[in-house]
Amino acid sequence: MVGNPNSGKSTLFNRLTGLRQRIGNYPGVTVERHVGEMTHDGVKLELVDLPGTHALSAHSFEEMIAVNVIFDRMPGASAPDGILAVIDSTNLYQGLYLLQQLIEMDCPIAVALTMTDVAQAAGINIDIDALSARLGGIPVHPVTATTGQGIDALKDTLSTLPDQSRESIDPAWPALFDAARQLDPGHSVAEVGRLIVDGPDDANKSLATELLPEKQTAFDAIRASLFGDDEPLAAEARARYAWVRKTMDEVQETLPVYKTLGAKIIRFANRPIPGTIGLFVVMAIVFQAVFAWATPIMDLIDSATSALSGAAVDALGDGAFASLVGDGIIAGVGSVIIFLPQILILFLFIILLEDSGFLARAAYLLDRAMRSVGLSGQSIIPMISSFACAVPGIMATRVIPNRRDRIATILAAPFMTCSARLPVYALLIAAFVPARNVGFLNLQGLVLFALYLFGIVMGVLTALLLRQTALRGPKPPFALMLPAFRRPNLRTVLIQLLGRAKVFLYRAGTVIFVVALIVWALAYYPRSDDVAEFTVAAQAQAEQSLSGERLADALEEIGNRAAALQLEQSWLGRMGKTVEPLFSPLGWDWRVSSAVIAGFPAREVVIAVLGTVYAVGDEADEARLSERIKSASWPDGRPVFTLPMAVGLLIFYALCLQCAATIAVIRRETNSWRWPVFAWAYMSALGYVGALLAFQLGS
Amino acid sequence: MAESGKTLASMNAGDKVVIDAVDTRDPQVRRLMTLGLVEGAEIEHATSALGGDPIEFILFGQAISMRREQARAFSVSPVGAGE
Repeated sequence: MVGNPNSGKSTLFNRLTGLRQRIGNYPGVTVERHVGEMTHDGVKLELVDLPGTHALSAHSFEEMIAVNVIFDRMPGASAPDGILAVIDSTNLYQGLYLLQQLIEMDCPIAVALTMTDVAQAAGINIDIDALSARLGGIPVHPVTATTGQGIDALKDTLSTLPDQSRESIDPAWPALFDAARQLDPGHSVAEVGRLIVDGPDDANKSLATELLPEKQTAFDAIRASLFGDDEPLAAEARARYAWVRKTMDEVQETLPVYKTLGAKIIRFANRPIPGTIGLFVVMAIVFQAVFAWATPIMDLIDSATSALSGAAVDALGDGAFASLVGDGIIAGVGSVIIFLPQILILFLFIILLEDSGFLARAAYLLDRAMRSVGLSGQSIIPMISSFACAVPGIMATRVIPNRRDRIATILAAPFMTCSARLPVYALLIAAFVPARNVGFLNLQGLVLFALYLFGIVMGVLTALLLRQTALRGPKPPFALMLPAFRRPNLRTVLIQLLGRAKVFLYRAGTVIFVVALIVWALAYYPRSDDVAEFTVAAQAQAEQSLSGERLADALEEIGNRAAALQLEQSWLGRMGKTVEPLFSPLGWDWRVSSAVIAGFPAREVVIAVLGTVYAVGDEADEARLSERIKSASWPDGRPVFTLPMAVGLLIFYALCLQCAATIAVIRRETNSWRWPVFAWAYMSALGYVGALLAFQLGS
Repeated sequence: MAESGKTLASMNAGDKVVIDAVDTRDPQVRRLMTLGLVEGAEIEHATSALGGDPIEFILFGQAISMRREQARAFSVSPVGAGE
C-alpha cells in the first residue's frame, strides 16, 4: 500500500486487515514494518502498509523506506506482487503525481480513492470511469474506510490483482518514458527514470553500477536533451504536474460549497495568535494528562509490584533464588510496566494529535522558534515526546528529512526531563527544598519547574552547539503539508496505540529488564556469611527480649541493617567505594556513588538502591528515606546531604544519560556507535561538571 | 507574464495568485515543486505563524506551509492577470 502522507492509508489498511496485522522491522533500520493479512474469496494476501511518500524521489528517511520497498531494494522485504495506490479524493493533485510514477512500474496496480465522504462534502466530484480510462484502464475504487463503503469491491479487485495484465500505458511524460525504455528495457521505466532524473545517487547505486559503465555516453546524452540547463527534478515536476492538471480538468469538477460554521472556526483557529495560544493550551493538557492521570495507575503498579515481590520472597524463603525472583525478576518487570501508563497516555495523545492533523500544525507554528537554535519545526514532536520517555521521542525523529538535523534532535532529546527522572527529583526536593510559598507559588513546585526548564535549555544549547560544530550544515528545510482537521477514527487510533505500545515494550522493555537483573546481581553478590550470622544472632536476641509490635519493628530494623551491610560489601558497594575518590569532589560518599553507578544503566533504580543502602528497605516510602538521607554523615560527622550537594545531585540527574534503553535506541536510529558513545560521554561530563560546580561553589 | 517582482512572500492573506516562474537553485524549492508548486499552479495565501513566518498557502484545496525564504523563489501574478 503506497500513498501520500495523510491519504488515509493506515485507516484503509486497518479496515482491510482488521487485527490480523503485526509490526516487525526491516533488518538494519528501525522503521516498523506494518504487515497485515487479508483473506477474500479464499485468496490470502499479505498487505504491507508503507510509510507515506509524495513521490518516488525520496526526501526523508521514511520516504526512502517506502521507495526502497517498491523498487525491491530493501533487504528482508520481497518485491511487491502488486501495488495498492491510496489516493485522497480531496487531494487528487498530489495523489496523481505519485500515482503516475507508480504506473511506470512493471507491477499490477489498483487505486483506492479514499475519503469520498469528505470530498463530497467539499463539493468535489470525480468521474471514476474517466479517471480509470485516463490511467490506462487500471481499477479505481472509491472507498470510505471509516464506514467500510466500497471495501468489498476493493477486496474483489485486490484478490485477483497479482494476475492483472495491463494494457500499454499513456505516460505522463513521454520524453522520459521513451528515454528510459531506450536506455534499459530490462528494468521498469520508473526505476530507470529515477536514475535519469536523480542521477547516480545512494538510492539507485546498484542500477547505476549495472548500467552506467557501458551506457554512460547514452545516459549523458539523454540527460542533456531532456533537461538542458534546467534542474532535472524541477523539469520533472513541471512535466508531470502539467499532466496532472490536464487529467484533473477531465475527471474532476468542484462545485462551490457553503462554508460551514466548523470551517469558519478552524479558519479562525489557524490564525497566528489564536493558533499559538491553542497550541500551548493543548500542550498543557497533554502534560497534565501524562503526569496527573498516570500517577494513580503508576502508584497502583508500584504497590502491586512491591506486594508481589514481597510475597515471592516470603514464599520462597531467604535464599538467592527468592531474591532473584522477588527483587530481580518481579521488580525488573515492574520497572518496565511502571512506565506503561504514561507512555500509553502520551502515545494516545500523539496519535490523536497526529491523526487530527494537529502535530503538523504544531511543527509549523513552532518552526521559527526552533530555527533560532538550528533545528526546524519538525524537531518539536520528538522533543515533546521525550518528556515522557526519550525512547519514543528518538523514534519520532524519522520524519526529519536531513540526517544532520535528525541527529542534533536525537542528541537533544535525552535532556528533556523524562518520567524516570521524576522520582529522584521528587525525593531530593522533598528532602531539601522547604515547602513554603513564594507569592502564590509553592517553592518545591518552582524548583521542579526550574529543573524541567534546565533540561530544555541544555538540550537546546546542545543542539545549537552541534549545529555549529560537528553537524554544521545548511539550515534545516521546512516545507510541510498541513492536513485538514479530521476527527480521528477510534478503531485506527486503538490499533495504532496497541502497535506502538508493543514496540515500546519490546524496544525499551527488554533493555530495562536485563539491566534490572544485572543491577540486582551486582547488589546481591557476593553474600557475606559474617553478616548473615550476625543477623541471625541479632534476631534471636531480639526475639528473647522483645515482643509484639516492638519485636516486629526491631526485626525489620535488623533486616534493613543486614541488607545495608550486605550491599556495602557487594560488588556494587565495592564499586561505590572504589569510585568514591572520583565523586568525593562532588560531595558524594560511597553510598551515593554506588546508587549513582547502579543508576547508570537505568536511572530509576537509584531510589531502590538508596533505600537499601540507607537501611530503610528497598520499598521505603519517600518521607522515611528523605529523613534518613538528611542524617547521613561522613565518618567525621559532617552531613553528606548538604544543600549544595543535593543541588549538584539534581543537576547530575538532569544532565546525565543514565538509560541503557536510550543508548540502544540512539545506536539503532543512527546506525552507529559513534553517536550513542558521544552522547553518553558528553552528558556524563556535563553532569559531573555541573554537580562539581554546584558543590564547590555552594560549599 | 507579469514581471511585477511579486513573489509568494509578498502576498497578503486571502490573495490568490498564479505561479509564473520558479528560481530552482535551492533544493528546498525543488522539493516544493515536487509537492505541486510549479508554474501555472494557482495558490492562495491563507495565514502565517506568529511573526509572519512560515506562511501557510492553499494549493488545490490543500494547506501547505513553507518559509518566507523559499516563498521568495516563486514569482507570481494575480489570478487572471495574464489571460
